[in-house]
Amino acid sequence: MSLIRSTAAELAAKIHGGEVSAVEVAQAHLDRISSVDKGVNAFLHVDTDGALAAAKKVDDDVAAGRPVASPLAGVPLALKDVLVAEGMPTTCGSKILEGWHSPYDSTVTRRLREAGVVILGKTNMDEFAMGSSTENSAYGPTHNPWDLDRIPGGSGGGSSAALAAFEAPLAIGTDTGGSIRQPGSVTGTVGVKPTYGSVSRYGLVAFSSSLDQAGPCARTVLDAALLHEVIAGYDNMDSTSIDAPVPPVVAAAREGASGDLSGVRVGVVSQFSGEGYQPGVLASFEAAVEQLRQLGAEVVQVSCPSFDYAMPAYYLIAPSEASSNLARFDAMRYGLRVGDDGTHGAEEVMALTRDAGFGAEVKRRIMIGTYALSSGYYDAYYGSAQKVRTLIARDFDAAFATVDVLVSPTTPTTAFKIGERVDDPMAMYKADLCTIPSNLAGNAAMSVPSGLSADDGLPVGLQIMAPALQDHRMYRVAAAYEVARDAAQGGPLIQRVPQLEGI
Amino acid sequence: MTSVADLMDYDEVVARFDPMLGLEVHVELHTKTKMFCGCANEFGGEPNTHVCPVCLAAPGALPVVNGVAVESAIRIGLALNCEIAEWCRFARKNYFYPDMPKNFQTSQYDEPIAFNGYLDVTLDDGEIFRVEIERAHMEEDTGKSLHVGGATGRIHGADHSLLDYNRAGVPLIEIVTKMIPGTAERAPEVARAYVSALRDLLKALDVSDVRMDQGSLRCDANVSLSPKDSGVLGTRTETKNVNSLRSVERAVRFEMTRQAAILAEGGEIVQETRHFEEASGTTRAGRRKETAEDYRYFPEPDLVPIAPSREWVEELRLTLPEMPAERRKRIKAEWSLTDAELRDLVNADAIDLVAATVEAGATSVEARSWWVSYLMQQANTRGVELGALPITPAQVAKVVALVNEGALTNKLAREVVIGVLDGEGEPEQVVEARGLKVVSDDGALEKAVDEALAAQPDVADKIRDGKVAAAGAIVGAVMKATKGQADAKRVRELVIARCS
Repeated sequence: MSLIRSTAAELAAKIHGGEVSAVEVAQAHLDRISSVDKGVNAFLHVDTDGALAAAKKVDDDVAAGRPVASPLAGVPLALKDVLVAEGMPTTCGSKILEGWHSPYDSTVTRRLREAGVVILGKTNMDEFAMGSSTENSAYGPTHNPWDLDRIPGGSGGGSSAALAAFEAPLAIGTDTGGSIRQPGSVTGTVGVKPTYGSVSRYGLVAFSSSLDQAGPCARTVLDAALLHEVIAGYDNMDSTSIDAPVPPVVAAAREGASGDLSGVRVGVVSQFSGEGYQPGVLASFEAAVEQLRQLGAEVVQVSCPSFDYAMPAYYLIAPSEASSNLARFDAMRYGLRVGDDGTHGAEEVMALTRDAGFGAEVKRRIMIGTYALSSGYYDAYYGSAQKVRTLIARDFDAAFATVDVLVSPTTPTTAFKIGERVDDPMAMYKADLCTIPSNLAGNAAMSVPSGLSADDGLPVGLQIMAPALQDHRMYRVAAAYEVARDAAQGGPLIQRVPQLEGI
Repeated sequence: MTSVADLMDYDEVVARFDPMLGLEVHVELHTKTKMFCGCANEFGGEPNTHVCPVCLAAPGALPVVNGVAVESAIRIGLALNCEIAEWCRFARKNYFYPDMPKNFQTSQYDEPIAFNGYLDVTLDDGEIFRVEIERAHMEEDTGKSLHVGGATGRIHGADHSLLDYNRAGVPLIEIVTKMIPGTAERAPEVARAYVSALRDLLKALDVSDVRMDQGSLRCDANVSLSPKDSGVLGTRTETKNVNSLRSVERAVRFEMTRQAAILAEGGEIVQETRHFEEASGTTRAGRRKETAEDYRYFPEPDLVPIAPSREWVEELRLTLPEMPAERRKRIKAEWSLTDAELRDLVNADAIDLVAATVEAGATSVEARSWWVSYLMQQANTRGVELGALPITPAQVAKVVALVNEGALTNKLAREVVIGVLDGEGEPEQVVEARGLKVVSDDGALEKAVDEALAAQPDVADKIRDGKVAAAGAIVGAVMKATKGQADAKRVRELVIARCS
């Protein structure tokens, strides 16, 4: 199998065994990016020199017989452009940060570098992670490798598309309302939102502080688990970081791969089906549930009535926090500056810059959030939304008292056409219907491909949710399912993505 | 500009109106590092040298609470007889201003760490006035703007502005009183005495430099008037930029006379922020805002709640020093001071200095006489505060000891002190270098005495006739001849011995 179609685990074994050099692996992916990314637009920045230098260092370790830095040393990765990294620009998909270089590394970036992971570059995203299609990027949309006319999901469409286009075997995403899982679902890749607080947010440019969580994106469950263990862990630079051991997700993925789910109780969330769900998506989901049952899992229906209010609550809390988090983009210290021509005061320069630098969706959310927090409306909006949040957490607690994991479709539909929902924000927001509850409650959740929809031949994702700090539970179930799925569907789904050469 | 005609005579004000006070004091803590990052918390420094991604609000940076600042906040709360919250949070106060990097201030809103306390304040006549404390909460300071080119030094009308973020993120404690009723004609005095007492308290706690001139202690004074005995609350103004104890008193007094004049003519007080003008002793309106500021407070999601355990709070209570008011009472008794003497010490801010000098071996009388008279004069001459004089209590005690040993006369001692103040070293070194040792060699003195007696034979005769009082003239001559370095008492003994 070619280098670019290998899994991260396979690449690592070859590199560490001296069978192939990390530089060759990096170069193969850089070549792939050169050949296909004009059509996919997954990358906003490619760091050729930095990637080759990082790869060389791993090769030096291997050549000298030194132990490699981590199980993923030498494996290339695509970093979502919302995580800062020295030596590379960070734009967050926004004009307001065009050309800005961070003076520091995010904790995730630092851990990746220390693990010898080769960072290829920064991936495209909806501006400040606000969106479900990557169409809100100021640098043009990313295209879904399964069908270039379709969206790759969002906000982390660049990261997931890079995986599906074989531009990188690993990627980092961030998930505020589904921005890792929904792109994973529509690109046929694996995306994990770890438990809130288990991956440091230091250096993750904040959209909604209480919801944002960085996580691994990969083409296999094991690869995601390997990456999860590299980036997770306590960080004293993030006050919301959890000081607890990282759940044993790699061991769980290996255990799950044995294909036995006896004794595992799986709850199907009854709220997530019916109207608005594409028949092909529901069919794929039902087949996946049946497969879990065949693997030995006990499957029950679980009702989480408060989940019906998750989306409205999310669209008050996330914009409220965003309205404050994005206030720092004011032209005073970094980024775009508009109107500083001697005729405008500081306040006017701030306003002109923010008007020119932010896109429509970001402005919409700043306005919603500003309104929701304003005097006289706070209790009705932000206050009520926080109460809903508590109710959702209680629904999860009650569910997890009877089942080990919960499952649902990751997103109600397959990838829609670019431009199809840009004028209908509500339709766009519904893409995150099933993913939002886990952000509000802070528990772990992931999407694993469940096959192609019979309607349109596009990928569908199975969402698996686990209690906080029980991330290993969902990895076990996902790994078992992955093996059974590939056996039933005649090989890994991702290998069926169309060839993109020569676009 | 308010002219004198726009003010009411103060006696008339207090005859016709009841003042209501409210005081907000911001204290910069002198922790080693800032509130939410590891940058040095130091006054001054080259602009933008004590900064990092966190306090500059670089994209992605996150705050981490300074534990020492929380500890200081709790100790301040305890010293102000407050309850300490079992659980509280930070909140974001959202507004745009160039010197505030995040464009929100991380503060506390409806969940302050300390609340519901009081501070007993001693007025000039010894009366104790209790000021009730609403809350003390933690927050961070902003950076500093320097507006260049405008007529007023304000952002409005400036050509350009320079920003220094060294102060951004410095830990602040805001201490807010409840409304202070019943001060009547003493309102300005109560305001000053409260800030003064608070300053002493914070100094004793060793949590802040409490330098009003450097802005590490800042006071906003809220003042309103209501018609005498009406009980109706008036509209208040908030006066900022009150940068000395004296200014607190003047600002309150001025606002009372200004508001009374408006009310007396049937006018209405505008609820607004006003700025105190040090030079004229007046207040002027700040730039009027068209809409009321809506800070959109909400709980800070980047920080976790603070839940100080009761055990920790009680441990901190044990670290509280003797409170200034109690200490004064004790010192007054121990040093047998009159009310006036104590007040002089307090006004000179000399209690700590005198106490340290006593500890170094001087008596309280000796120590007081040096600090509140000669050294106070020197401080005034040199234009510094007493405590800023470059002489230590130990050095003062050494000088006192040298006098007591007879090695220095009082006059010589003052010269030694000047030497120390001028940086010439320890008292002994100054004595050595300036050759200030008392001439105690009897041989040398006898020679000088003989010369003086020889020069004034008539006086010598008088002494021999038993008119001992005449010896003064000879002593004076000897002292002059020895340039004051002789011990006058010993000279006198020698003169009388010579003539008998």
